[in-house]
Amino acid sequence: MTNLDDLLSQAIESFNGIEDAVELEQAKARYLGRTGSLTELLRGLGRLPPEERPAMGSRINQAKEVLEAALNLRRDAIQKKNMEAQLIGEELDVTLPGRGQGIGGLHPITRTLERIESLFHSIGFTVASGPEIETDFYNFTALNIPEHHPARAMHDTFYIEGTTGHLLRTHTSPVQIRYMQNHEPPLKVIAPGRVYRRDSDLTHTPMFHQVEGLWIAENANFSALKGVLSDFMQQFFERDDLRVRFRASFFPFTEPSAEMDIGCVMCSNGCRVCGYTGWLEVLGCGMVHPVVLKHVDIDSEKYIGFAFGLGVERLAMLRYEVNDLRLFFENDLRFLKQFN
Amino acid sequence: MKFSENWLRSLVDPPLSAHALGHVLTMAGLEVETIEPAAPAFDQVVVAEVVSVQKHPDADYLHICQINTGSAINKELLQIVCGAANVCAGVKVPCALAGARLPGGDIRQTRIRGVNSAGMLCSARELGLEEAADGVLLLPPDAPVGMDFRRFYELEDNVFTLKLTPNRGDCLGLAGVAREVAAITSAKLTPLEIRPITAQINETLAIQMDAPDACPLYCGRVVRSICPDVSSPQWMVRRLERSGLRAINVVVDITNYVMLETGQPLHAFDLTKIYGEIAGSIHVRYARSGENLRLLNGENVVLQPDMLVIADEVKVLALAGIMGGDDSSVEHSTTDLFLEGAFFNPGVIAGKSFSLGVSSDSAYRFERGVDFSVTRAAMERATGLLLDICGGKAGPITEIKGGLPPRDPIRLRSSRAYRVLGIDLGETRIAELLRRLQLVFSATGDNFDVTPPAYRFDLAIEEDLIEELARIYGYDSIPPAVPRAEMRILPEPETHKTLPQLRRIMTGREYQEVINYAFIDSMWEHELIGNKKPVPLANPLSNQLAVMRSSLLGGLMSNLQFNLNRKQTRMRLFEVGCCFDHQGDMFAQHEKLAGLCYGDALAEQWGLPARAVDFFDVKADIEALFWPEALHVLTGNHPAFHPGKSAEIRVGNKIAGYLGELHPRLRQKLGLANSVVLFELETDVLTARALPKTREISKYPPVRRDIAVVVPENVSVQAMLDCMHGEKLPIISDISFFDVYRGKGVGSSKKSLAFRMLLQDTEKTLTDVEADEAITKLIGVLERQFGAVLRN
Repeated sequence: MTNLDDLLSQAIESFNGIEDAVELEQAKARYLGRTGSLTELLRGLGRLPPEERPAMGSRINQAKEVLEAALNLRRDAIQKKNMEAQLIGEELDVTLPGRGQGIGGLHPITRTLERIESLFHSIGFTVASGPEIETDFYNFTALNIPEHHPARAMHDTFYIEGTTGHLLRTHTSPVQIRYMQNHEPPLKVIAPGRVYRRDSDLTHTPMFHQVEGLWIAENANFSALKGVLSDFMQQFFERDDLRVRFRASFFPFTEPSAEMDIGCVMCSNGCRVCGYTGWLEVLGCGMVHPVVLKHVDIDSEKYIGFAFGLGVERLAMLRYEVNDLRLFFENDLRFLKQFN
Repeated sequence: MKFSENWLRSLVDPPLSAHALGHVLTMAGLEVETIEPAAPAFDQVVVAEVVSVQKHPDADYLHICQINTGSAINKELLQIVCGAANVCAGVKVPCALAGARLPGGDIRQTRIRGVNSAGMLCSARELGLEEAADGVLLLPPDAPVGMDFRRFYELEDNVFTLKLTPNRGDCLGLAGVAREVAAITSAKLTPLEIRPITAQINETLAIQMDAPDACPLYCGRVVRSICPDVSSPQWMVRRLERSGLRAINVVVDITNYVMLETGQPLHAFDLTKIYGEIAGSIHVRYARSGENLRLLNGENVVLQPDMLVIADEVKVLALAGIMGGDDSSVEHSTTDLFLEGAFFNPGVIAGKSFSLGVSSDSAYRFERGVDFSVTRAAMERATGLLLDICGGKAGPITEIKGGLPPRDPIRLRSSRAYRVLGIDLGETRIAELLRRLQLVFSATGDNFDVTPPAYRFDLAIEEDLIEELARIYGYDSIPPAVPRAEMRILPEPETHKTLPQLRRIMTGREYQEVINYAFIDSMWEHELIGNKKPVPLANPLSNQLAVMRSSLLGGLMSNLQFNLNRKQTRMRLFEVGCCFDHQGDMFAQHEKLAGLCYGDALAEQWGLPARAVDFFDVKADIEALFWPEALHVLTGNHPAFHPGKSAEIRVGNKIAGYLGELHPRLRQKLGLANSVVLFELETDVLTARALPKTREISKYPPVRRDIAVVVPENVSVQAMLDCMHGEKLPIISDISFFDVYRGKGVGSSKKSLAFRMLLQDTEKTLTDVEADEAITKLIGVLERQFGAVLRN
């Protein structure tokens, strides 16, 4: 039976020398195929004397199993090798940049406005808006600023030609009036928007943004005003240790009136931004003047309100360390993309 | 309001440094803008006398001076070489001794052209007192030789500048500021001592009051025979200068000084220029139309009937409370005066100096309200100073007094103060605070009846008094509190896309947001929008910012140009903002969202060929904004756009906006290398969206059929889609366009369009026959409507 053993070792040797899957299958056919050598041996079993047949049959079958196993082993090896080769060929430079469309960005003022809105929204303020071409009544008279009042000189107003009393609103405070006319107290509302003053220099642009805030309730008071605004500033700048102070001031539509300062966020002991005072003026506020409430038929004995108006550009400049106000409206992409 | 710290401290002297005083004023609402030293630091400068002057042998313009510096140790004179032309024997000058440190540098013993010089005679510029000076600073003849110059000139002083709010006219005089400081700090107030002047002559000028409402108080007095050659005393000049006023002549200086001191503006007329002098009379009346006046500042103004004037019998002398006339003004030779002190109603003065473009310290004060209880005292004070400084004889004061503003008591409730401020001050403390403010009141229980003083025009209602309490108590002493409020969940409409959501769709598609001014160059409105009548500003800052935009496109085009000039080659910009238009007599104010694309569709990158952005790239962005709402797009005719690449966008039956490629004519005019794709949408159409409503998902498989039809080039896909949808076949669940082909096999001026139909029945599986029937129906209608031919 050397014949069988030889055949077996010859076959295994032949399998192991093959590197290609197709060749391997061809080799398999040479031994195990219909006309394969091993198949021929099996077929020749019938020519053996009957008493030898079982032993020989079992040997051939054993050899067949050995051969199948060797074949599988070789198959796996070839497959593995092929896979490895494929993987090496498919290797990427994963450091190449991603392809396709990029991402744009919001204007820093929008970004700041959204931040302010969401902070106030978190304590239940709704958002209101109003027209930018306003009437003298809403911009001034209803806010207790009569004609020729010196306070009007503080607002360099743009007027619309060919009209009497139409102007570009100088503050977002008229939205207060419009909102109070259409809603019953208690009220908690902010009004973000563009405002216009006829002033253009290093620190003024003729258009800028304000957020007006109004809280009318039976129990609103100056102490709460201080609480809400201090809280807001600390959260806006994400600094729990932010110092704040309230100074007496004057606005025709609030009484008492105050200016709020925050401790300089740029320095600890005086810098150009705070004018070496350590303090930054950030907003005007106060208790809504009874005359204003009267204009909108709110009983000032029952309801008390506070209002505030903050400059968005100012906060954005401080938050993002922008040193020139005019950058906001030049729309230089190299500036804008820094906020993406 | 600017003033000398020393002057203020002569009236009230709290134990606080200048800085600390500034702080308390600022916190109490009198914002201190700056505190600046009256003079820069220097030392070893003394008052000296020039004893003799010799010409320098080696220099034409130099003098060798012998100087007496009053040195006690040895009476020797110092020799100093000086180049000033005005130096001569006998004058008194500031002299910097060797070793002195001046703002410009140190002074040493030196030799100038071979002559020893032991110091320097100083000009005002060298001492940092003036920006420029001509020659050495000449001191008055009585200046004490040897005295430290800083002491002599009272330079150890600060200048305070207050940024006063319009309600605090009472602090436009030192007396008022001092009163305020006393209230805030509880320091003792030294009131001005003003003695009444006994008349030495009995001449008076009759006063004819024709406008008693506008001028409820008018005081006049004749002063004769003053000596006009006297110059104002140094102490007065210094205080004036530190308040920002220059010395003019002694009479004007005195009236200005008293105004700074008391807050009451005064005016002096040259008596001899008043018609008839004392035989005539002074009229306080409104101007007559046609009258005009040359003012002190040389300007001629045409007077209006609502302007109050002071006149004699034939002419207008002064614009009341604003500015005197040039013709009746006091000159250096004036010896006889008519002195005026009055209270003009703020409402009469307000706005006039603005409308005339004439500003004055007087108008500034009258507009804000002047203390009418001090008018007469201010007259006496000025007269006293006049007589002391320039001699002369004063007549009696003639006073016309009418209905002065009422000073009715204001009810202040401590309970109300508690409610407004959030802290309970208590009656005792309220009373104390009112006393510190020198407010007169009577108290019963919770109620205080407070009579506002004549100088506080801003105290009219209870809240004004509550503010006073808070101010003096200290805003910082009121603790911040977390407010209590009813908790309610805020509405959150789901059928509304918010602006933040829309903005994020834009930024997600690589658009950069910009914010432009709402006023623009009318050129953009004309050229780009075809708007012949944009809303104009009456007082624009410049021609480039003269009209209100009716569209955001102009601003975006400016941004494009600005950034192209800065070497940016690819731009995707958007803006959300209000646009303006006429609407009858009123104005339409719509918020719009607009975008601009320029340059490559995608940023330059590996693996993708560069391609210029086009109409359809941007259309996809608009579709994303409206998604899932389907757009309805029609051929548009926007003037900014290429007529063949211009679309009108509709949603439902509403016009939502426009999309197109910039007209080549404009592109050429603006010198743009590439095409610009622009769009503009109405945000109110954009923000509406339907609430999703689920439909049943069919259990049966859908059938897909693709068809290609050939149509003439001018047939639009939208029209064909509309037409097929119009058939409303129930089993057609979707029709979409997916390809266009032109060229071989289609024929010229024709195109082949491919549509994909999804057919579905919710009840059963569709049969081929049913599907074919539906498709045939659709093809049929395309044939009839558009001459479409099915392509195989």
